[in-house]
Amino acid sequence: MGILKIENLSLARNGNKILDNINIDFCKDRIYAVVGPNGAGKTTLGFVIMGIGDYKDFTGDILYKGKSVKNLNVYERAREGITLAWQDPARFDGLTVEKFIKSSAKDKTRKSVVDALEKVGMSPFEYLERAVDKTLSGGERKKIELASILVMKPELVVLDEPDSGIDIASLKNIFDSIRLLKSSGATVILITHSLEVLQQAEYAFLLCNGSIIQRGSIKEISGYFEGKCIPCDHKNLPEEMEP
Amino acid sequence: MNVKNLYKIANIHPAINDKGTARLAINKNKIIDSNTVPGLTIKSKEIKDGVDINIRLKENTIVGNPVHLCFGVTDRQAIQKIIINISTGKNSDISIFAHCIFPNATDVKHIMDGKIKVGKGSKYSYFERHIHSKNGGITVTPKARIILEEGARFKTEFELLKGRVGILDIDYETICKKNSVMEMKTRISGTGNDIIKIKEVGNLIGESARGVLISKIALRQNSTAEIINKLIATAPYAKGHVDCNEIIQDNAVASAVPIVEVRDPKAQITHEAAIGSVDTKQLQTLMSRGLSEDKAISLIIEGILS
Repeated sequence: MGILKIENLSLARNGNKILDNINIDFCKDRIYAVVGPNGAGKTTLGFVIMGIGDYKDFTGDILYKGKSVKNLNVYERAREGITLAWQDPARFDGLTVEKFIKSSAKDKTRKSVVDALEKVGMSPFEYLERAVDKTLSGGERKKIELASILVMKPELVVLDEPDSGIDIASLKNIFDSIRLLKSSGATVILITHSLEVLQQAEYAFLLCNGSIIQRGSIKEISGYFEGKCIPCDHKNLPEEMEP
Repeated sequence: MNVKNLYKIANIHPAINDKGTARLAINKNKIIDSNTVPGLTIKSKEIKDGVDINIRLKENTIVGNPVHLCFGVTDRQAIQKIIINISTGKNSDISIFAHCIFPNATDVKHIMDGKIKVGKGSKYSYFERHIHSKNGGITVTPKARIILEEGARFKTEFELLKGRVGILDIDYETICKKNSVMEMKTRISGTGNDIIKIKEVGNLIGESARGVLISKIALRQNSTAEIINKLIATAPYAKGHVDCNEIIQDNAVASAVPIVEVRDPKAQITHEAAIGSVDTKQLQTLMSRGLSEDKAISLIIEGILS
């Protein structure tokens, strides 16, 4: 059953196509990966799905549960069940981890915050009272952001480079949380250029220069990704697309 | 206003019957409650439009419970002058909460003129908590000159808990002797046509003296803020930091002037100042969790002012 349908999505800036006629159907309760080199348009695609930033002038449509969300702003989309985690999460001076996580929680009890922190591998009593500021590493903020998503109980989650800044020991917690999101009924879209993250998905899309140039199983995409697309300066096109 | 109501507004009503808690309550220029503890002398006398207060702490005295000073004005229009002289003997420790309560003010002037001397090796904390009326009909002008003797530690925080700022004009200057430590922090949210002026000066004149000046200001509508934070280091190994963070929305105007002066090559002072609107990434992160724009902004500002 489809949850998100991206139809003929194109976005241009200064005459350059950032996203070029993207068509994807995302099914419910699945984990997807959108892979590709830096500058391929992966993060932009995530932002367009969430409605973030200056990316509203695209052509085509985004249908969530069969309805267009094109005209909904960020928080309206979030209230429908869509959310996004940033590659480099924001810092919040003075805002405690507990308040930050509670602000997005359906269940606003301390217990739900504690549970979420434990799920991402953080000691609640070490972090609850700390501020989500520069005293935390990028990896710690990443895990806290994921905890804030777990308590939100979303139906569609875009995770931009979920392994960025994460140490090897914590990577398992991140991957467990991704599976937890899926088992609780969410569709997860992983934006990544990491093969390890790609392995967590069930289906993947290869994005290059704003276009989906390959879609298929993880095996198919990872083989292609490993063999031909790094570094991808758009010369290493798939065989069938090569001139 | 009776003392019970004053303490209730200040949320310190359990202190009213506690013989172990030193306190002084003033309504306009009337002394309505007073209590002291061993080693601490509080003398006060009513003057025209205010009160003259002398507080002395003996050397080697640690005051266990915070001392509460309540300065209230229940009239709509009034002038309240507080002349306050505080000194602590060496190796003593005291924490003072000043509750400044003006719930009905339409034209109230609260003027404070303070002289504080913190003795050698002593610790002194002063937390100023304000409750103002909703319409901001108040002018608050706290002025203090503070001397920290060798090894003394001084900390002050100014915070508006409720109501509108009105006009606020803070003028604090500290002299920090050898190995002393000073921290001055101000957290204020301005709205309407509030006017906020803060001038905080720290003179690090003693070897290894340290000082931090922190201002966190949020402004909305037509409010304005002018922050002058000045740290001067004239002794070796003196260290200081100035941090000013102002968030503005609507037609608010903010200016920050961090002045850093170092006159000894072994001293070091750093500063950071940021003025701007609410950070877009912070805002969109919270909105992507389902918070409306207004709620997200409030939460971001709450964090900054915390």
